[in-house]
Amino acid sequence: MDRRVLEERFFKFLMMAATLVVVGSLIGIFVAIIWKGAPALSWSMITETPQGGYYLGKGGGVLNAIVGSLYLALGATALALLLALPVALFLQRDYIGRSRFATITRLSLDVLWGVPSIVYGAFGFIIMVYLGLRASLLGGIMALTLLELPIMIRGIDEVAKRVPQEMKEASYAMGATRFETTVKVVCRQILPGALTAVLLAFGRGIGDAASVLFTAGYTDRIPHSLLDPVASLPLAVFFQLSTPIPEVQQRAYASALILLIIVLFLSIISRIITRKLRKNVIR
Amino acid sequence: MDRNGPHISVRGLSVFYGDHCALENINVDIPRQRITAIIGPSGCGKTTLLRCFNRLTDLTEGVKITGQVLVDGEDIYNRSIDVTQVRKKMGLLSQKPYPLPMSIYDNVAYGPRLHGLNDGTKLDQAVERYLRMAGLWDEVSQRLKSPASQLSAGQQQRLCLARGLAVEPEAILGDEPTSALDPISARRIEEAFVELKTSYSIVIVTHILRQARRLADYVLFMYLGKLVEHGPAEQVLNDPKEDRTKAYVKGEIS
Amino acid sequence: MKNIRLRKLKDLLATRWMLSLTVFAALLLVVIVVGLLNKAWPILTLQPLNRLLFSSDWSPMREEFGLSAFVLGTLWVTVVAMLIAVPLSILTAVYLSEYAPNSIRGLVKPLLDLLAGIPSVVYGLFGLLVIVPVVSDIAAALGVSSNGYNVLSGGIVLAIMVFPVVISISEEVIRTVPHGMREASMALGATKWQATKLIILRGASPGIFAAVVLGFSRAIGETMAVLMVVGNVARAPSSVFDPAYPLPALIANNYGEMMSLPLYESALMLAALVLLVLVLIFSVAAQVVLVRLERRYSLG
Repeated sequence: MDRRVLEERFFKFLMMAATLVVVGSLIGIFVAIIWKGAPALSWSMITETPQGGYYLGKGGGVLNAIVGSLYLALGATALALLLALPVALFLQRDYIGRSRFATITRLSLDVLWGVPSIVYGAFGFIIMVYLGLRASLLGGIMALTLLELPIMIRGIDEVAKRVPQEMKEASYAMGATRFETTVKVVCRQILPGALTAVLLAFGRGIGDAASVLFTAGYTDRIPHSLLDPVASLPLAVFFQLSTPIPEVQQRAYASALILLIIVLFLSIISRIITRKLRKNVIR
Repeated sequence: MDRNGPHISVRGLSVFYGDHCALENINVDIPRQRITAIIGPSGCGKTTLLRCFNRLTDLTEGVKITGQVLVDGEDIYNRSIDVTQVRKKMGLLSQKPYPLPMSIYDNVAYGPRLHGLNDGTKLDQAVERYLRMAGLWDEVSQRLKSPASQLSAGQQQRLCLARGLAVEPEAILGDEPTSALDPISARRIEEAFVELKTSYSIVIVTHILRQARRLADYVLFMYLGKLVEHGPAEQVLNDPKEDRTKAYVKGEIS
Repeated sequence: MKNIRLRKLKDLLATRWMLSLTVFAALLLVVIVVGLLNKAWPILTLQPLNRLLFSSDWSPMREEFGLSAFVLGTLWVTVVAMLIAVPLSILTAVYLSEYAPNSIRGLVKPLLDLLAGIPSVVYGLFGLLVIVPVVSDIAAALGVSSNGYNVLSGGIVLAIMVFPVVISISEEVIRTVPHGMREASMALGATKWQATKLIILRGASPGIFAAVVLGFSRAIGETMAVLMVVGNVARAPSSVFDPAYPLPALIANNYGEMMSLPLYESALMLAALVLLVLVLIFSVAAQVVLVRLERRYSLG
């Protein structure tokens, strides 16, 4: 009897310790980044581009990377949404539901979700060369769209799967076509969940470095066209960290903190929006 | 189009889900502007039969249907018929209320908007008219724009009734429409049916014999996919001809 | 009455459009593999595959492209990461699903989601700031010479990155084990821990295994964070305190040189392909197990 209780206490202790380690590492990350990044953050840091070159120039801030990341992530997320929504809806029971085609597609997309972003970067690079493009905003958007696509499709798919069949039948029973039911009923019902998937994909897009490494280039300016190279926050950290010049390093720390803040912000926003949009029927 | 005979005529209807036979050779006429109740133990095929009337069975995978279902004399399973028009003629009330994820107003206006009614005033009038017919108007007239999900179950079911009426069907199909409701809401729905039968043919599936006794003018008794007996409610419920009907009505099989 | 034909036309066009996009999505994986293979072809035709994969001679200038040091580097870092992550993740998952009060669960789960969303470079920076010095101290304490940029640092950072994946899937799997099992064993007088052991060992282990495999595949492909702390020396490591050079880091560090030598580009694309294949194998294995589980437990 005692042995059993002892064993239980021992493992309970282990489990709580493990959880503490996990939670502690998250807290550690925040503390470390804030510790280094907070002193580096200033108004000029976020409103100016680097002066004198991003690697060696002492003046200026990371506006190039902030704007660049926003351009990249917004562009890619919008494009990915345009492609992902129809596919996710098509995978539902109304269309190809339980067929082998749907199963294979879902499996393939799940695998794609796990593909390292550097592979997307390499593939994006191949496409760019094929199309005669140079490292640019457009190239970065293409690579990021490919990265975000599986996340969005499967995210929306998971929500759409949960729409009750009877709700759709109610729409059909009133004489609606499949398209009308999908747009007017299904899309409304999945709105909060789909938005969460979009925000998740957006977060991935803004934070990813490996896929934009080859495809988006880097620059200290803000791009004026899709064919200009573009800076990004993750690469701002990566490229400016190993410099000998402390002011440049500050820019790297500031970029990291900004990224962290963005991720936190997205997380909170997605929870708020989900709660606000719960107008629909929750079964 | 034949508006003088029975509203719905079923001829030799058989339904297979894969190898499983859900309905076997059903032949029956559903009378016009009466309440018809389909009764029988669970799994006997009554819901399947109901769903054949508005071709909702089309939506199930692996289903095979043979035979005819004639509405006003026309076979609705004919290839050349547009299924959305068929469905418009039948209003459906499911067992569990499923309001659409929108406001009360938009729920009722959904059908009319689909079929082309866009004029604001006319929509307002239609929404009010059908909510009144379903007995819900007084409770919601002040909050038509609020989400339908905030209504109680009984109110939601009446909303679904209003929604179904709004497409101006000729018949109302109810699949155990009150079994998920509290007694007061259930009674309200039953009262609505009694009023509505003057203008619509009503077919309800029910497993509550007392409900059939209260409401039905005509009764179909089904067992294991076959139509065992049908006739005027008086006769089937009180003095059935078949043994199985007798057994069910007396409560021996359920 | 609105034109029925117009409505039906919209329906038809929409369906066609959705179908073509879905076909594109379904083929994407194949297209990527083919694309990489295409670019890796030149070097595949020039040198035998086993020399490419198993030789440790990486000297692009002499046209030697042996990838074994990098493959081994990837494996070392990944295995270390999983050795750290798996026990911690499973313990945490069990705690969260079986023992933790709702308040703690409500706090930790959003934290895990947050952890999952943190960008790779931020992890890398954290690794540089915190992990590398600590590991360097540990090495010194053990009498090993290391500047901290080694397999252990990479493994620790990677483990933290893998936590959210393995924990959330494991936790979900444990929760779907039917209540009947728990109640039955506790009714027979077992302690909660014994009941939990039974549940994990019997019911949830395929799912947990799948979660671990999935974690593996994420770890293999992780690029930036590992790159920043692992040392990037092109030699197979012989201890956790040796630096390593995983495949993703190889590709990321040398993309600039790709332009100069066409064979170099081809070799890097081959590295990407090898990486993809590795991840694919693990991913598919995990997915197949998960799908089987979903079918067994869910109602479709």
